[in-house]
Amino acid sequence: MTIFTCILLGFLVVCAIAASLSKKLLNTILIFMSYSLVMSIIWVLLKSPDLAITEAAVGAGVTTVLFLVTLKKIDAIIKKESAQEETDEQEGA
Amino acid sequence: MSRKVPEERYRKTFSYQFKAWLEGTKDPFLGRVEMRRQEAPPESKEEKERRERDEEALKARVYDLEHNFEMRIFNRLYRVFSILFCIFLVVMLLAAVSDLPAFGRGENPVNNEVAQRYIEEGLEETGAVNIVTGMILDYRAFDTLGESHVLFIATCTVLILLRRDGEEEQREGRDNDRLYEPKDDVILQTAARVLVPPILLFGIYIILAGHLGPGGGFSGGAVIGAGLILYLNAFGFAKTERFFTARTYRRTSFCALACYSLAKSYSFYTGANHIESVIPLGTPGAILSSGLILVLNICVGVVVAGTMYTFYVMFRKGGY
Repeated sequence: MTIFTCILLGFLVVCAIAASLSKKLLNTILIFMSYSLVMSIIWVLLKSPDLAITEAAVGAGVTTVLFLVTLKKIDAIIKKESAQEETDEQEGA
Repeated sequence: MSRKVPEERYRKTFSYQFKAWLEGTKDPFLGRVEMRRQEAPPESKEEKERRERDEEALKARVYDLEHNFEMRIFNRLYRVFSILFCIFLVVMLLAAVSDLPAFGRGENPVNNEVAQRYIEEGLEETGAVNIVTGMILDYRAFDTLGESHVLFIATCTVLILLRRDGEEEQREGRDNDRLYEPKDDVILQTAARVLVPPILLFGIYIILAGHLGPGGGFSGGAVIGAGLILYLNAFGFAKTERFFTARTYRRTSFCALACYSLAKSYSFYTGANHIESVIPLGTPGAILSSGLILVLNICVGVVVAGTMYTFYVMFRKGGY
């Protein structure tokens, strides 16, 4: 039990550092989401399932989705696709 | 014996970059974080000239302080009132802080018998098996009232900032959004068909059983909101508009907040004291028990679910 908690807490620290140091915004958001998931497991281990449900729904679900939508709006995700299209056009020409 | 590393190789090492970041001479994210500037929409030379001329004329007319009497008055009043408002805010906050009990005194609220009483007599007095729910929706119901209003205000702010007004702007938002919308994704639709009903049912269960076990209005509402977002992603706006539009959100959240306020806002006049409730508490553990808590849970759940869904819709295309 305690070993499991220690592993989860270590993962939490790794996630927090990785999220702030990652250079791709998409990766940052995904790491942030896994942070929230691990956090919700820790809430269960700390015997507060209310918070675990909220953390899983808000932290891992809604916040991540809102971040992703914002990234799409500022054209930070579809970059690869458009680059692919450009190379396709060049090859076609 | 130390070996001298050439300057260029030294610059690439982690320690050098860390030192540069620590001293603030170099931003490691500059030029590396993937972000593209938004481009202005294309316009012809004539249009551009006309737009610039219009802007100049407008500016000249609005900021012509010598002839614009209203503007002059407004500028003066603006300064006076901003200073007055700041002073008012500072005085109010300082007064509130000076009213707080001194730190570490024995008779402070932290050390009194409230917590003990919640644990020992919570079940008897509120009828809720889940002590946490009994606390936040019965003893401290006015706190939760404030919280749900905070959520409502957050939605209003998002609406003010992101909502598109007028038919043309809304059509523009729809066209832009169509670029991002998944177009009849089979995997997504099949998964959503399997997942959405259990998610919504689970959310409703969490709300309704909030006084019996872990859960409550906020968590259940968040789960329902997430389920609605998944449904919207899979099947598009045409399907969700059949049951959830701006009018639905307005009405449901108004009804929920009004119901909650009617039930519990007397706390602000009685100084957080309770009025004897005429509603019977019922047997602890039954679904219809613990007085008003079930109703209040449903109210909070409705507000939270609507808020989550509205946030997502506003971020997507600025309209329902």
